[in-house]
Amino acid sequence: MRTQRIDQAAARLGAETRAAVYDGAKIGHEKRTKLLFDHYADPNRLRELAGEIKQHVVENLDTYLPAVEARLVANGVKVHWASTAEAACEAVHAILRARGATKLVKAKTMVSEEIELEGYLRERGIESLETDLGEFIVQLDHDRPSHIIKPIIHKNRRQIAELFERNGLGAYNDEPQVITQRARQFLRHKYLGADAGLTGANFMVAESGRLVVVTNEGNSRFCLAATRCHIALVGIEKILPRDRDLALFLNLLARSGTAQQLSVYNEFILGPRAPGQPDGPEEMHVVFVDNGRTNVLASSCREILRCIRCGACLNVCPVYRQAGGHAYRSVYPGPVGAVLSPLLLGRRFPEKADLPKASSLCGACNEVCPVNIPIPDLLLRLRDRAHTERVPSPGTPPMGAWSILASQPAAWKVALFGGRFLDHFPRSLVPVPALRAWESSRDLPKWRGGEFRRWLKLRRKRPGAGQSSPGITP
Amino acid sequence: MADDREEILSRVRGALAPLKERARMPEYDGGLVLARSRRDAGDPMAEFAVRLRAVNGEVAADAAALAALLRARGWTRGYCDPALWPGLRAHFGPEFRVETAFDRTRVDDFQFGITRGAGAVAETGTIILADATTSSRLGALAPWAHVAVISRRDLLSDLTQAVAALGSDPNVIWCTGPSKTADVEGILIEGVHGPGVQIALFVD
Repeated sequence: MRTQRIDQAAARLGAETRAAVYDGAKIGHEKRTKLLFDHYADPNRLRELAGEIKQHVVENLDTYLPAVEARLVANGVKVHWASTAEAACEAVHAILRARGATKLVKAKTMVSEEIELEGYLRERGIESLETDLGEFIVQLDHDRPSHIIKPIIHKNRRQIAELFERNGLGAYNDEPQVITQRARQFLRHKYLGADAGLTGANFMVAESGRLVVVTNEGNSRFCLAATRCHIALVGIEKILPRDRDLALFLNLLARSGTAQQLSVYNEFILGPRAPGQPDGPEEMHVVFVDNGRTNVLASSCREILRCIRCGACLNVCPVYRQAGGHAYRSVYPGPVGAVLSPLLLGRRFPEKADLPKASSLCGACNEVCPVNIPIPDLLLRLRDRAHTERVPSPGTPPMGAWSILASQPAAWKVALFGGRFLDHFPRSLVPVPALRAWESSRDLPKWRGGEFRRWLKLRRKRPGAGQSSPGITP
Repeated sequence: MADDREEILSRVRGALAPLKERARMPEYDGGLVLARSRRDAGDPMAEFAVRLRAVNGEVAADAAALAALLRARGWTRGYCDPALWPGLRAHFGPEFRVETAFDRTRVDDFQFGITRGAGAVAETGTIILADATTSSRLGALAPWAHVAVISRRDLLSDLTQAVAALGSDPNVIWCTGPSKTADVEGILIEGVHGPGVQIALFVD
């Protein structure tokens, strides 16, 4: 029996990894909730407001993009545009080549993962080194990040200690303090020897051209203190209208992402370093990256472009907690990834059309989203699209028989009566492969078919009698 | 590249053309983003100290206390903003070796760095650094301990004020406590790339 690729990946996940992901995600979610509700009487109002602001930006990108470009140019920043991943890699490479740069230090940027910059530059003789601790470990291990803000949520300290030992970063020691100190010592000399620093952008303010980079480790700051050239990869949807909106978004980002009142480092960059400042870039470049975003903008799911990449929907998602990030085969895992990743593919949407189905539509992702993205609605729209485009869906039981039953009351009644025999029949023998596959990792509850009909009948006979439903629990 | 610009902008226009109405920018009161505790906040200086300690930062009462604190932990080699050093050196004994230029080739030689802070935020315990007042970005970042010397009148009440004060400096950074990570099993570790110890010293 074939199942969908995401189900196969989830089934292969080791117990150790599953536990690491589950615990990490759960803790992140619980701390977030406590902090938001301790600090604000009505945090939902903030989420809704932030969602309205980002929706406004998304629906007015045609005016915001040229406006922010003009500001950047006026601030002394060189602006580049890249419609594809390849074009974005080329743009970065061209900037480096013009400076004769061969060593790049990178702060965490999801866009660079999207465009697979590291491999592109490596093939052209340029070393690019991840400096975020988690991303550094991922790079060392030739692995992939499995969470937007906690890239190594799937690894434990033992695995990291072994990795460091294999790579000559000291004898085996799995104390997180020692691991961190070793990375600190190794990386600081790399920053100082690098020719350029690459960052993403958490926000880009239209009215001022201010680029905002948020970290806890201070790695992006080190990139911008040690090197002479700053390159920022910026998704075209990263814009906020005004500086004053930053207070709202920075408050929400830190609380939603890492359950902090404020992230440790919030850096606001208008251009190259000030005259008189000895450290930092003398040259600054912004590369605006499309790479499928305009497909998303043209789709019925453009709300997903509000996303500020906080990871809260991953932490709360029951599917992510069980499946882990790699199961999504995408840079963006979890609920946001289930919407964004297939859409970013444009015409190649069918390759990831299984992702929107990996959801119970419980709605938790929407409830925690700092920009109030209606993720369950978007998942349904994408399921509909997959159905309309006739994308094959392995593992989905044939629905033809069900639709006959559901449209004919008499047949339905017979089926309800017959269903109770399922309780006395070993389900491993039921000749429906989809049911067997489903049962391999789940337990079917005892048959209760027909209870609603009995309740309704009773209620019609004696109005008021059906106020509490017999045996029907929500 | 010029082609990419046109291509992206035309695709954006094409994607938005079918919209009959565009979402409007909502108006809102900036006070909405103030946390609950702000409503009955007392003395900003006391609040700043509480918030900075909450993120494992420290406040030095005066220059003598700062020197004592550094000495007690065995941090005697450091960097200091040349403009600040004349006012501080009297409090630092002969055991200190303080340089007023940050030599990046000897990055590991500096145990502490003292630079000017452009401001601070009471709500969050945040120290604000700006290019115009920071003598060396590296000097404030690479040593294990960073001391920000901040004028009392530059203490701001909350983040909305801090955003309003961003101004036109090409680089402003808010630092809220020491550099940290929880990448390894969610365990909090301080001093990843930046300072493991963040100290604020207020002056008149």
